[in-house]
Amino acid sequence: MADEPLVLGIETSCDETGVGIVRGTTLLADAVASSVDEHARFGGVVPEVASRAHLEAMVPTIDRALKEAGVSAKDLDGIAVTAGPGLAGALLVGVSAAKAYAYALGKPLYGVNHLASHICVDQLEHGALPEPTMALLVSGGHSSLLLSTDITSDVRPMGATIDDAAGEAFDKIARVLDLGFPGGPVIDRYAREGDPEAIAFPRGLTGPRDPAYDFSFSGLKTAVARWIEARRAAGEEVPVRDVAASFQEAVVDVLTRKAVRACKDEGVGHLMIGGGVAANSRLRALAQERCEAAGIRLRVPRPKLCTDNGAMVAALGAEMVARGRAASDWDLSADSSLPVTDPHVPGQGHGHDHVHEIGEENLYS
Amino acid sequence: MRRAWAPYAVCVLLLALDTATPAVTVALHDGTSVVASSSQVDARRHGELLLPAVDRVLAEADTRLDAVTGIVVGVGPGPYTGLRVGLMTADTFGLALGVPVHGVCTLDGLAYASDLEVPFVVATDARRKEVYWARYDDARTRVTGPAVDRPAEIAEQVAGLPAVGAGALLYPDTFPQAHEPEHVSAAALASLAAEKLAAGEELAPPRPLYLRRPDAQVPKNYKVVTPK
Ligand SMILES: [Zn+2]
Repeated sequence: MADEPLVLGIETSCDETGVGIVRGTTLLADAVASSVDEHARFGGVVPEVASRAHLEAMVPTIDRALKEAGVSAKDLDGIAVTAGPGLAGALLVGVSAAKAYAYALGKPLYGVNHLASHICVDQLEHGALPEPTMALLVSGGHSSLLLSTDITSDVRPMGATIDDAAGEAFDKIARVLDLGFPGGPVIDRYAREGDPEAIAFPRGLTGPRDPAYDFSFSGLKTAVARWIEARRAAGEEVPVRDVAASFQEAVVDVLTRKAVRACKDEGVGHLMIGGGVAANSRLRALAQERCEAAGIRLRVPRPKLCTDNGAMVAALGAEMVARGRAASDWDLSADSSLPVTDPHVPGQGHGHDHVHEIGEENLYS
Repeated sequence: MRRAWAPYAVCVLLLALDTATPAVTVALHDGTSVVASSSQVDARRHGELLLPAVDRVLAEADTRLDAVTGIVVGVGPGPYTGLRVGLMTADTFGLALGVPVHGVCTLDGLAYASDLEVPFVVATDARRKEVYWARYDDARTRVTGPAVDRPAEIAEQVAGLPAVGAGALLYPDTFPQAHEPEHVSAAALASLAAEKLAAGEELAPPRPLYLRRPDAQVPKNYKVVTPK
């Protein structure tokens, strides 16, 4: 086991400053500093607040991860970092730290894809990823269905949300119900005591002519808000538990239905679910039920590995090292819209002058 | 060329960097003079340009990063995204190398490079039609600031004073006596820091001078979606 790559991973694509350390597929440390409390009063993640928090938290979090893992920085085989997608300014803090750390230690640098990292993290829980694996990634920032035959080189988008991310819908409905931010955990909690069939909320993009694997949660969100408003306008009490349960059911019904269908259509026997919404208890239960019925093996990492963290980045970095993928160059940039089809950002060698366009508003907001 | 160190002398090798203005600037200072330096002006590529610049400067001085005894970093004020690139890089170098990281106000670096012996103003571009600015009695002595303001609003306070920096050059109505240097150089930052450290002065911690609160609109309580 000692010859497996020892990699430190840095994640700053949103509001979590994550630093993880893995050896091959073994998790050694998963240190996370979150600025979520600073965003709560805004009802969403404020990019500049997140970026400022990343700068303050980075060095202490790296320190904590090294102590937790009981390893010395000089023994690392590489430094991995989320190069994108994510918030431009937030990503840049992590990329700057990773580059400086790798350079100072004389280690190779691997700029990796945030979405591919969400998939690869499951190796730390359930061992090597089956090839191929279908992945359903659901969080406040993403809702994607991805097919991977090799997590270091081949990730294909099957479908994605055409409007809101699933987690965003949870946040918005929680706000309408005055339940606070973030919405996922609190909706889950109320839903457990409610009736998921109390209200028939719409299932977006499930018509016969709709794209088979894309998602839409905007219509659902509006339907739920209207239903609540109608009750309030009539002076009636809003049955918060039933609304939460029925809304949640509409979301997880569509997510699991489409994921299982994609597996069947593509002849894929394994489905992994990742992202913050994977912590949702009803999503886990319904996915389990439907996968069993379809003869599909379900893999869902523990909740702490589903939300954004550095361990997932380290996991993918270690896989890059193990499979001999090219390291990134010192001019690696943060790419807020890095395509999911790029699991990592390999170096181009010398003389390369790749100008990456990032909107000025992003840089100077 | 490899530099020979005098025996028994305390070895000093400072790596200075600043990304608080459109310049991405790096310099190496041996306690006596600047050994190597690099400055590139590109406000949108701080993240990409900084590490290759460090690598180039070290190569030019025929040394390695682990020979450095301290890091000096410009702490702004400056546009936040670029500013953080330098600070995060400096912080992480300090962690990896186990050397101290010193902060220097970016405007002080510009002031030092001006060589002026009379009262003057330093102003850099703060965007949004504002400048980051400070007043100095001479190249080493800041008397007010740094602050961020609209040029017209500080016209009275800076009237009749020479001014340096891109912010001064950008607003000639407020700063009619504006001249070079336009951007900060890490060479000046390193020289200033070396001078202060040699004099036993404490430098600032490497924490950013944002001077503005983050822009964050609290979302309107709840938008009604039912059509009227
Ligand atoms: Zn994520």
